[in-house]
Order: sequence, then structure tokens, then C-alpha cells
Amino acid sequence: MAQVSLKNIRKVYPNGAEALTPSSFDIGDGEFVVLVGPSGCGKSTLLRMVAGLEEITEGELTINGRVMNDVDPADRDIAMVFQNYALYPHMSVRKNIAYGLKNRKTPKDVIERKVAEAAAMLNLNEYLDRKPSQLSGGQRQRVAMGRAIVRDPALFLFDEPLSNLDAKLRNQMRIEIKALQRRLGVTSIYVTHDQVEAMTMADRIIVMNAGRIEQIGTPAEIYHRPASTFVASFMGAPPMNLISARLDGGRVMINGDTVLAAAEGSGAVTLGIRPEDVVLGAEGSISFHVDIIEELGAHRLLHGRLADQEFTIHVGKDVEAAPGETRIALKSDAITLFHPETGKAL
Amino acid sequence: MTEANAGVIDHAASHTPPRKRRIRWGAIGDHAVLIVGSLFMMLPLLMVLQMTTVPDVEVIKTGPSLTIGHQLPENFDKAMFQASGFSGQNTGLNMLKNSFILGIGFALGKILIGMMAAYAIVYFRMRFATLAFWVIFTTLLLPLEVRILPSYEVVQKLGMLNTYQGLIIPLIASATATFFFRQFFRSVPEELVEAARIDGAGPVKFFIDILVPLSRTMIAAMFIIMFVYGWNQYLWPTMITTEEDMFTLVRGIKQITQVLEGNRIPEYGRANLLAIIAIIPPVMVVIFFQSWFVKGLTESDK
Ligand SMILES: Nc1ncnc2c1ncn2[C@@H]1O[C@H](COP(=O)(O)OP(=O)(O)OP(=O)(O)O)[C@@H](O)[C@H]1O
Ligand SMILES: [Mg+2]
Repeated sequence: MAQVSLKNIRKVYPNGAEALTPSSFDIGDGEFVVLVGPSGCGKSTLLRMVAGLEEITEGELTINGRVMNDVDPADRDIAMVFQNYALYPHMSVRKNIAYGLKNRKTPKDVIERKVAEAAAMLNLNEYLDRKPSQLSGGQRQRVAMGRAIVRDPALFLFDEPLSNLDAKLRNQMRIEIKALQRRLGVTSIYVTHDQVEAMTMADRIIVMNAGRIEQIGTPAEIYHRPASTFVASFMGAPPMNLISARLDGGRVMINGDTVLAAAEGSGAVTLGIRPEDVVLGAEGSISFHVDIIEELGAHRLLHGRLADQEFTIHVGKDVEAAPGETRIALKSDAITLFHPETGKAL
Repeated sequence: MTEANAGVIDHAASHTPPRKRRIRWGAIGDHAVLIVGSLFMMLPLLMVLQMTTVPDVEVIKTGPSLTIGHQLPENFDKAMFQASGFSGQNTGLNMLKNSFILGIGFALGKILIGMMAAYAIVYFRMRFATLAFWVIFTTLLLPLEVRILPSYEVVQKLGMLNTYQGLIIPLIASATATFFFRQFFRSVPEELVEAARIDGAGPVKFFIDILVPLSRTMIAAMFIIMFVYGWNQYLWPTMITTEEDMFTLVRGIKQITQVLEGNRIPEYGRANLLAIIAIIPPVMVVIFFQSWFVKGLTESDK
């Protein structure tokens, strides 16, 4: 277990590319933090700096109060799970799991006991003598997990561990990893670009974009109170609707229709609302044109145009809907307003 | 466990009903061509073999023939156990030993140096790693034959004439193995290094525990090539070894056919038999290691 603290950590690669602008955050004991963001935003870079695989250009990294900037990865008391598993192909599963312990001169009987424990926890008992090439993707991933947990590290680092698995297995492993982390109570940093993984696994999510941290918060905060239009459109499927509107005399107006009464300031704003926070009905104050209805079984998505801007509504399966003109209302407490240029929440 | 599993799989596979064999003329034709071709290639070898079984006089009188004589055991005895020179040291057995020392020493030395050099170039952030690699690479343009006089001088000044190290070390100095191992190491996934670092394996441990086992197919391939290359060296051993007890087979055979004292007949039988003996070890190495590294290649490692 560990507390991790990053203070103004910055990364500039030797070729001059700034992969991470100075960023700070703290991770508490036993917390599961997910780093999420589009490809190339610097998630792996950040994780690898915590692991010690990448040099920290500026800033200070501490784990349990100890400055780790120049500590060797082996001495940071961390374990890492890689996207392509990175198992040693010539070693059996048993040896793969035991290798880290062996290098730490752990007594033989202790190694055996720990490997057996890990194998039991991960249902790997019958595969212990196989080579990684004789395992399925999910089994390999479990071996990689086993290699991480036998060492009782203070910190788990995951770099997109599930992205090589198919969707069904991914769901299953997601739950397994989360349950394992709960059980062991080990502080974890988990990198993914899959927002479902981020929402379901995280205690706290860190949303990154282009080398910057956009927002840090619990999944609910990130989802309901996005700090920027980037977070709003990145998290959630379908993403939050973003509509340009006007602030006028304490009211938010779209095309002359008032959608929100109590708001300060004036001028252009971007209004954000989740597709499920829209109510369909004749008494609604805004007109909406439905173009396409997507049938998804448990619910429907109505894609259409609101004041000539794309807009999506999420309704339950028992709600009547047909293409054409209709009226909607926005739940006023679910509306977030953003600055039209910077995209920051107001 | 692995074997047991393979057994299980085989067993399962054998449940499929046996298919009726049909004669495939295409395959027969292919094989016929291959067989005729290999017989043709083997013909000179068979002729040499035939000549070792007849008395030397007959070789001169009739030339190659189809008769098989009774001279083989006698020639074998002469070739392996009797010395042809003055010192009584250059028996076939002794030359065979020297050849093995040269072949194996050269191959192992080359693999060891090549692997370590490639390891340094690929895995360590050195200032001039690329430059170092290209400097090493240019030695490919300077094989021993090109630099034979200066090499001879160096070896002579170091007092290594007529020694095994004098035979082996100058031959090792070229980039082939380094080059192949460099290419191979670059194909090893980066994550493996990182996982090993986190697992607490330092540079030496990573090399021995992970890189060497991963390279075993490459090592086998290198061993084949280098052993045969070292075994077949002629020019360098001829220059470096003047004492008969240091002769290698390839160098020694010539010595025998050269012995034409007065009107003695050259010992064809003996020389030819030595030639055949000289062929056998490289062939064995190729056959043995080939099956070994084909196995390695089919397990999709890495
Ligand atoms: N070794 C390197 N040298 C130079 N630039 C690099 C290096 N590694 C990564 N980068 C750059 O740093 C940025 C962040 O890369 P990083 O690998 O952290 O992205 P990521 O968020 O993990 O993306 P993905 O989801 O695709 O894995 C990218 O723009 C990338 O091009
Ligand atoms: Mg990445």
C-alpha cells in the first residue's frame, strides 16, 4: 500500500516533444486511479515515469514520502502489467511468476508458497508448467497479474492490460482485476483509453488530453460535472450534447427558447447536457427534429437536430418516438455551461 | 508436462478417420528430380570413397573405376594413426583434434563476442553506439585474407605462432555474428526488458536469464555457419602453423598429396579418406543443429 504524490511532473522526450506538461496529483492509500484519454495524450508516459522506466524531466515523484525520481524501477516496490503481457516466452508460467522473487533472493519455500497462492487466486493452477505460448490471451493476462501480485508491491501499474482481449473477456477480466485490487487493497494506477473501463473500475479518474490533465474526479463527478467540453465529449457513449447558446439577462437561450432561468453573465456559451437528461413531451419548451432512431434493445437513441445543431436523446424502450418534429425539455440541474472559446466549465 | 500435452493433442488428432491414400504423381515427380539431383551431387564424393578402397597403384593405372577393393581398413589405419611427416605428430587423429578445436573455438568465440557486442550496442544508451556499430560493421569489408600480412605480424610478435589462440583469435575479429545478433535483439520486444527491470534483473541477469535463452535458435544457426567456416579455414592455418602437431585436417591433407619423394606414388587412398573424414563433422553439425533450430523456430516464441 502506498501514497503516491506527483509534483509538477513534466516530461520532454530527447527529440524535444513535450509529452506531459507539469502535472500534479496525489493518490491515496489503496486507491484505484484510472488515467484515461485519447491516444498519444501522454498516459503511458506518465505511468512509465512512475514506474521508473522513463526519466522524469522535471518535478518530484514521491511514493510513501520517499522521493523516487532517481530510484531504480526494481527498488520502487512497484509491479507493472503491460498491454502485451511481456511474459518471458522461454519460461514456464511458474517461472514467470517466480522470477521477480528469485531475483530478490527470496527463499525457495517462500517462493513456492507465494506462487501457489497467486496461482490459486487467479485460477492458474493447471497451467503452471505451460509456456506462455500455450495459453490464451486471458490466461496470459492472468499470468502477468500473477507476476505482479506475488511480489506484494506497494503499487500496481497497469498499461492498457485488457486492450488485446476480446470484448467479452475484457468485461470479465475488468471485474476480476477490480475485485483482486479490492481484496489486496493495493494502490493502483490504471491506464486505458476505454471510458467504460475508466468509469467502472476507478475510484478516481484522471482525464488527460494532449499532455495535460483535464480533470480529476470520481466517475460521477467526471460524468455529471465535466470540467471542460473535452471531458464532456470524451466520457460517455453517446457523448454529452454540446450546443451553442446565449446568455441573456440571467437566462440561457437557444434560438429564443429559454432553457435555464438562473444563470449569471451574458454572451455566448456552450451548453452541455447528457442525452439521458432530456425529457421528451409536448409540454417541452424546445423544438427538436428527430432524424434517425437507433434501437438498442433496453433503450433508444434519437439522433436529430436542435437549433440546427446535432443532438442526441436517450430514451427508455417504452417511450414512444417517431422521426419528425417534436418537443423536448432539458433537466435544468443536469445542464453544464462551458466557455465557448476555452471550453472550460463556467 | 509439455510432452504429455503434446501426446494428448496427438491422440485427439488421431481420432479423425484415416484418409485413403492416393498416388500423387506430382509429388513422385518432385522426388525423382530431387533424388537424381542429389545422386549427381554425390557422385564425386562416391568416386573419392571408391578410391580409398583400392591400392594407390591402381588409382594411377586405371583411374576411377567401379571396383571396390579391400584397402579401406588399411587406409583408415594409415590415415588416422600413422604420421606422414618427420615429427610423427600429424596423424589423422591429431589433425582431427586440431580441426575440432579450431572449429568449435572459433564458433563459440565468435558467438560470445558477437552476442556481447550486440548486447552493448542494442541495449545500452551509449554516446556513439551507432558509430560503434558501423565501425564494427566495416570489418565485414576487411576479412582476414585482406589483412593477412599485418595480422600475421601481430600474431608473430605476440609469440602466438603455432598456438591455438593464434589460430582462432584473429579469425574471430569480424562483424558477421555481431550483425546478426544485433538484428535479432532489436526484434525482442522492449516490454521484456522493462518487465525484467521491474522484476529486479540487472543487465547481466537479463542477458543470461532472458536474452541468451531467447536467442538459442539464433545461436544454433550461428554455430552451424561459424563452425563450418572455421573448420574449412585453409589459408590462415597454413600461415600460422608450421609445426606438424598443430596442423588441421584441411591443411594436412595437402601435405600428404605433396609428398612425392623420388618415385614414390602419392598416397591417394590415405588423402582421399582424410578428405572424407574432414567432411563428416561439418555435415554432422549441420544435421544435428538444423533439426534443433527448426524445432525452435516452430515454437512461436517472443
Ligand atoms: N520515446 C519517445 N520519444 C519521443 N516521443 C515520444 C516517445 N514516446 C512517446 N512519445 C510521444 O509522447 C506522446 C505521448 O505518448 P504516450 O505513449 O504517453 O501516449 P499514450 O497516451 O499512452 O497513447 P496510447 O493510448 O496510444 O498508448 C505522444 O505524442 C508520443 O508521440
Ligand atoms: Mg500508451
